[in-house]
Amino acid sequence: MSLPKVHEIPIGGIITEPGSSRRNLTGGWRSLKPIIHDDRCIRCRICWMYCPEGTIKETKGEFVVKGRKYQYKYEIDYNYCKGCGICAHECPTKAIEMVPEA
Amino acid sequence: MKVVYKAVWDLPVEELFASGHRACAGCGPAIAMRWITKTAGPNTVVVNATGCMEVTTTQYPETAWMLPYLHVAFENAAAAASGVDSAIRVMSKKGLWRSGKTNVIVIAGDGGTYDIGLQSLSGMLERGHHVLYILYDNEAYMNTGIQRSGGTPRYAWTTTTPVGRAIRGKIQAKKDIMGIVMAHRVPYAATASISNIIDMSNKIKTALEYTEEGPTFLHIIAPCPPGWRFPEERTVEAARLAVETGYFPLYEYDHGKIRLNPPTSNMVADPKRRKPLREFLKFQGRFAHLTDAEIGELEKEVVANLEYLAKLASL
Amino acid sequence: MTAATAIQKAKAALALTSNYAAAYAVKAADVDVVAVYPITPQTTIVEKIAEFVDDGELNADLIHVESEHSALSAVVGAAAAGARVFTATSSQGLELMHEVLHIASGLRLPVVMAVPARAISAPISIHGDYSDVMNTRDTGWITYIASSAQEVYDTVIQAYKVAETALLPVMVSYDGFLMSHTTEPVELNDEEAVRRFLPRRERPNVLRPEKPITMGAFAMPDWYYEIKYQVQEALASSLKTIEEVDAEYGKAFGRSYGIIQTYRMEDADYAVIAYGGAAFGNAHEAVDVARKKGIRAGAIRLRVWRPFPADRLLKQLAGVKAFAVIDRAIAFGSPGGGPVFIDVATALYMGGMDVPGLSVIHGIGQRSMYVEDFVKIFEMLKDGERNKVVYMGLRL
Repeated sequence: MSLPKVHEIPIGGIITEPGSSRRNLTGGWRSLKPIIHDDRCIRCRICWMYCPEGTIKETKGEFVVKGRKYQYKYEIDYNYCKGCGICAHECPTKAIEMVPEA
Repeated sequence: MKVVYKAVWDLPVEELFASGHRACAGCGPAIAMRWITKTAGPNTVVVNATGCMEVTTTQYPETAWMLPYLHVAFENAAAAASGVDSAIRVMSKKGLWRSGKTNVIVIAGDGGTYDIGLQSLSGMLERGHHVLYILYDNEAYMNTGIQRSGGTPRYAWTTTTPVGRAIRGKIQAKKDIMGIVMAHRVPYAATASISNIIDMSNKIKTALEYTEEGPTFLHIIAPCPPGWRFPEERTVEAARLAVETGYFPLYEYDHGKIRLNPPTSNMVADPKRRKPLREFLKFQGRFAHLTDAEIGELEKEVVANLEYLAKLASL
Repeated sequence: MTAATAIQKAKAALALTSNYAAAYAVKAADVDVVAVYPITPQTTIVEKIAEFVDDGELNADLIHVESEHSALSAVVGAAAAGARVFTATSSQGLELMHEVLHIASGLRLPVVMAVPARAISAPISIHGDYSDVMNTRDTGWITYIASSAQEVYDTVIQAYKVAETALLPVMVSYDGFLMSHTTEPVELNDEEAVRRFLPRRERPNVLRPEKPITMGAFAMPDWYYEIKYQVQEALASSLKTIEEVDAEYGKAFGRSYGIIQTYRMEDADYAVIAYGGAAFGNAHEAVDVARKKGIRAGAIRLRVWRPFPADRLLKQLAGVKAFAVIDRAIAFGSPGGGPVFIDVATALYMGGMDVPGLSVIHGIGQRSMYVEDFVKIFEMLKDGERNKVVYMGLRL
């Protein structure tokens, strides 16, 4: 893939697409991968709060876990997760496990 | 502070700091960036000084920022933001700025604030610009590979204050940047930690609201795993221990009155509620060389500082 | 013109220093943000602007910055937000803001700055020469060198249109003290007409919450070159814009200057190239004196220094036996002596022309320049002095 020429680039080195860093899949960085064990998750939102990459997605729905009804579920976007382990370290119920990246 | 967010469920969901940025795994400042952008919202202009958060987030043609963003140089973020603030005010008067009340936020590291950026920060504060200046403090020039800054604490190892046979780490104490800012009699200044997200977010909201009156300032402790030398999953823990040991007190300077926030207020009321400083220092490689005597010295300084803040708060 | 017209013109003219002329131009241009910091000999520009603002005559925000580095940084920030901006500096101030000069052109911001040229420390000198301006050679700024207070007024107004069209920062320089602090008659334009001449325009590189862009990104080796080349290209093509704006200005307000000014060059054997009011004024006088002595002398004034107007200059030098450049700055350690001499020599070389010349250094640190000195230069040229550096007025 050839890179754009002088006249194909916006002036002044401006980046016109906000959030274009999403093209860069940092998931390739990790050596450990977090797995959220949904049956231990109490939906405290702490992992979502602390992730430096903002990869933990909150999805709405009807979820029943150990007899409790929740309206949210947390999932990790492995395209970007760098495997830092903050989520696992901070999780109050140890619902997140860091496993070696395959 | 204005309590906009009472619980974790009140926190805003929309991400305005995109994934794919090149900050280290476990980066403390990156956590701060997510929450600064979320609480400020889309009607915000960010002016960023050169540093970790600038270089890792704007590698052409990729940007993590979903807000209008300007980077000029290392020492002049406050000056550039002064210009942005003036421009927005004058253009609004002339009917040329059609975005309404736009926040102007400076985001700079400790290098760009304590040292090279101190002059332009002081000028901006003195002139009364309607700008929120946020200092993300990882306590060294991390972007260039961990060199000491005015924000580096005493005895810390950095590449320019290595622990050697003759001199063991940084000789000087950490500069009191909040003291310097408060000396400018700004409407609002506060310290915050990435471990206390709700407290930090409320302070950001409060500081933004007070920009109506003049410049406001936030000093956020944002640990750096490679720079402080600890495993990257302990970043939030490091920030939490910084607060719980009294090393980094949480307090606000609100229209001339200092108010300590919990848990700092709790440990001042009852010293038994302060964790021993060793818990913060010992798991970090940059302090691994400390002798018990040196830890004792640092602990005395922590206690003295808390007493000083408590006295100021009583005024 | 009729007596009535003459009287009307005289009424609209004020006795102004070049500095005040610049301030009046800023007022007419409906500038939004001005960064204010004092340094001799520009201070009276910003003092006058402050008077206009505090009297309610100019609707602009004054940012009383704490250094010149912050002065340019503040106007860069304001320009990035879309405002029309102005600042002024000289000498040490221009040096202090040096890194931001490159940033302003790299970000393609239409900043306009007045620089009454002053010598650079050390030793410290408050007096005029062009060493400060010449030090900005490679920063990507369009640079004018004016020669009269009227021209300063007109050029600062033109500068806004040129800057906002080319999307490059523009510097309007002129003699420190010899022009900044001397009074000349300046005809002022009707301000409404100036605003019509300078309509506000949209551009892509502006901070807007509705269309968030990142300005000032970090460019790796795969990208830096192209982005910087754009500046080079914009600078080269701005010469056309400069000419067009000058012509348009002439139509609107009755005064225009071109890119170079020539005096008796049609049949000149020997040409002196000079810039600024004092040097060109002397050259102009010296041409007449030399002619009376039988030397076919001519003078060329360089009004636009960057981008360097090589083609126009080479056309003037085509029929000439030899030339001299009067430089009011020393390009230390260079192969040519004076900075503009080096530009001219390079232009000749690149144009495949072989015209010999003399590099004359004069007026350094405001050392007095006499008409006799310039006559002597024509005599030296006639006597066959070539290819060396002459330090006029130096006690060697």
